[in-house]
Amino acid sequence: MAVSKLFGASIKRREDPRLITGNATYTDDLQLPGMVHAQIVRSPHAHARITRLDVEAARRHPGVVAVYTGRDLQGALNPSPTAWLIPNSDLKTPPHPALAVDTVRYVGDGVAVVVAEDRYAARDAAALIEVDYEPLPVVVDQVKAVEQPGAPQLHADVPHNVAFKWVLAGGDADKAFEDARRDGVVVSQGFINQRLIPNAMEPRSVVARYNSGSGELTVWYTTQNPHIARLLMAVVTGIPEQKVRIIAPEVGGGFGSKIPFYPDEAIVAFCARHTGRPVKWTEDRRENYLTTIHGRDHITDLEIAARKDGTLTALRGKTWANLGAYLSTAAPGIPTILHGLMLTGCYTIPNISYQVLGVFTNTAPVDAYRGAGRPEATYLIERMMDLLAARLNLDPADVRRKNFIPPDRFPYTTAAGLTYDSGNYEPALDKALEAIEYSRIREDQKKGPKRGRYLGVGLSTYTEICGMGPSAVVGSTGFQGGLWESAVVRLHPTGKATVFTGTAPHGQGEETTFAQIVADELGLPIDDIEVVHGDTGAGPMGWGTYGSRTTVVGGGAIVLAARRVREKAAKIAAHLLEAAEGDLVFDQGRFSVRGSPDRAKTIQEVTLQAYLAWNLPPGVEPSLEASAFYDPSNFTFPFGTHVAVVKVNAETGEIEFRRYVAVDDCGRVINPLIVDGQVHGGIVQGVAQALWEGAVYSPEGQLLTGSMADYAVPKAHMFPTFVTDRTETPSPHNPLGVKGVGETGTIASTPAIVNAVLDALRPFGVTHIDMPLTPERVWTAIHGKSRR
Amino acid sequence: MKRTIHVTVNGVTHTHEVEPRLLLVHFIRDVLGLTGTHIGCDTSNCGTCTVLMNGKAVKSCTLLAAQADGATLQTVEGLARNGELHPIQEGFWEEHGLQCGFCTPGMMLAALDLLQRIPDPTEEQIRWGIEGNLCRCTGYQHIINSIQYAARKMRGESPRKAAR
Repeated sequence: MAVSKLFGASIKRREDPRLITGNATYTDDLQLPGMVHAQIVRSPHAHARITRLDVEAARRHPGVVAVYTGRDLQGALNPSPTAWLIPNSDLKTPPHPALAVDTVRYVGDGVAVVVAEDRYAARDAAALIEVDYEPLPVVVDQVKAVEQPGAPQLHADVPHNVAFKWVLAGGDADKAFEDARRDGVVVSQGFINQRLIPNAMEPRSVVARYNSGSGELTVWYTTQNPHIARLLMAVVTGIPEQKVRIIAPEVGGGFGSKIPFYPDEAIVAFCARHTGRPVKWTEDRRENYLTTIHGRDHITDLEIAARKDGTLTALRGKTWANLGAYLSTAAPGIPTILHGLMLTGCYTIPNISYQVLGVFTNTAPVDAYRGAGRPEATYLIERMMDLLAARLNLDPADVRRKNFIPPDRFPYTTAAGLTYDSGNYEPALDKALEAIEYSRIREDQKKGPKRGRYLGVGLSTYTEICGMGPSAVVGSTGFQGGLWESAVVRLHPTGKATVFTGTAPHGQGEETTFAQIVADELGLPIDDIEVVHGDTGAGPMGWGTYGSRTTVVGGGAIVLAARRVREKAAKIAAHLLEAAEGDLVFDQGRFSVRGSPDRAKTIQEVTLQAYLAWNLPPGVEPSLEASAFYDPSNFTFPFGTHVAVVKVNAETGEIEFRRYVAVDDCGRVINPLIVDGQVHGGIVQGVAQALWEGAVYSPEGQLLTGSMADYAVPKAHMFPTFVTDRTETPSPHNPLGVKGVGETGTIASTPAIVNAVLDALRPFGVTHIDMPLTPERVWTAIHGKSRR
Repeated sequence: MKRTIHVTVNGVTHTHEVEPRLLLVHFIRDVLGLTGTHIGCDTSNCGTCTVLMNGKAVKSCTLLAAQADGATLQTVEGLARNGELHPIQEGFWEEHGLQCGFCTPGMMLAALDLLQRIPDPTEEQIRWGIEGNLCRCTGYQHIINSIQYAARKMRGESPRKAAR
């Protein structure tokens, strides 16, 4: 494709002027005439039977419009379906009533909703609702939930709380382990990938309006995928899909937490329909912590087999994935398809045997959080690479290099069955090692600690799966949808353009990058292009923004639609210029006849003629727009190397985070400034998992990290300045050559940091500490005390 | 029960009767309709509700509207003058200091408070100076660049650090 000035340019974002002036409209900013406010009453118990529910005092409270309980909603709302029915796993899908009827299964499970004239009255009335609970035994740990005799059972028809058992096998892992035990090396390690809370800065919010005259339901809400939300809203409310309109206005971050269809949006829609008033509900941060999905939460036993020279031969393991009390929308696919299939990382590992148990516990539902399964996979394999290097006394960089899939073997089919589209791993590693001055760090390490501070350097050489995805393939994994994407490129009579995308960016900047693509394809000034997203009433169906798919798949649809517009414009231009289409040259928005540059029509002139339709070539329809539905032929596999340098204070266990270099290869780069921003943000979330963050439930199922004062969302002063660089290996099957970059930072950074800390602790013989690496855990590991 | 308060917001004086318990942020958003000030938590941790009160950064979710009686407030809507962006806004735009934009108004006002106290802050001073404001998108690095851009511009220097 033609390389032009906008593709690859760090132009500043077009979404920013409204955001920096206070003119953006997020869901909670909406005020509709007659609007009332909902407050959901939630269970304070992790597992209990509801024995009495008295809402009369709340109903009588001044300003209260209505109060509904689980019984009121019974029959009025269908259960929200699970969207990822992973095959051959005996998957159980117990329904999650929007409001509990008899039993609550986690702290935060809804039991009633109050609708009142203002949010203060709604809260006051909610406090007047009396609920008697009969507490039931609680289990929060996924291994105990399965294996402890007499463990509480959450759902009647789910024995041992096992939602599914998923098995992955490729090659002959058992034989490879036998061989390795005989004359190679086997490294075994248990890992805890702790539960995280996504913490989008904007809480979830829903505004619903039902028009009883037309039967139309309009819902503004914080979703990453409005079209999926419309489909599910129609299924859950029974309102026909064509009568449901979902609008995602400005959305303040999601990181996966705004993918699912929650009970709350169904409740608010119900309230709007039954009160006849527009209803707003906005969670507070406490509710967000209790009820918005969490991420990760794996317990894993893993072993790898290798030859004595460090060549990997097999990987074998088992993961207990905590799913929380109910299946969230995409939950089953996260710890299986998006996790297990990526376990071999960027290495040639011919044999794999892996099992995942999905487990119900009395905790908040777990679903996709930035990276969604891939950070967990990368953490496992990258930690294992370091453990193997330490065992064989090899340099961690050399062990990786030895096992990289060589560049001449792409497209490369892994033991797990995926076909990596392209990759060239060593240049990224080399660049990162050079930037961090790796050999100098190793020299410095030999000099020993300075003032009790031990230097460590940690590597993470990752690849990940994104650009979700080829519909037939995701369908074969049980995903209940396609993952193609849509675009409409519409030129207006004045020569301006509106571009519709089925994706729903919420901070990633595609209003800018998509405009860059269209500006290049059609030779339009970028300011003449508007990108519209997030409204099911505008533009065709699409599948939304997650899984680093927006630029890859949505951008693919856009470039195809823009090219169709250009083809049609060329026909009209040729007709107007009385030239053969093949004789036209298109450059910078101008069609000219080859050899006679003055015989020309601009795209704007052609567009006007397309609308006037006074003189169109035979068979060409009026107007100038095109749509495209792009279904990718494969996923994309970005890769790279991240390196972290830390110093560990052996006296206190404190970690000084000194330096960080990220070399990412996300294929061709449309806007380097935006790519850097994505990488920075991803690194911070991944580092935070390594060092600080972690959701903690008490054995009774109370969330102990239930506020921003208790859960360590990181701050600016906790980081050094990151150095970012890139290599560029285009995706061979994507029309733009792009691979996606929204999650790479999160996926790569966690193991880089943990490896750095454990590298620093090698003099103490410490080989592993589970995250987060708090000073207490580090100190305890150094000083040999058993951890509490 | 209600009491009358007079609050000057972005140069305009408003007189309203408010419930004593009404939070300042709800007064700004729901009563005055200035929705550029956001609510990200209710525990004064996240800083998205930061506004300037009598020139100093405060978290408006942790103040009552009644406590602002007689005060002068500046919100994000008051930063640009006569259609011209404030240097802090310009900095955030030029240096890609925002992604989802939800923390941005509070972040810019906290930065402004910092730059009023320290016109030429070091990177370290900026990182600590915005510790009351959380951003989940940017990883902060471009926010630091944005604040440095604004600092240079406010000191009358050429704002751009280097060509991209």
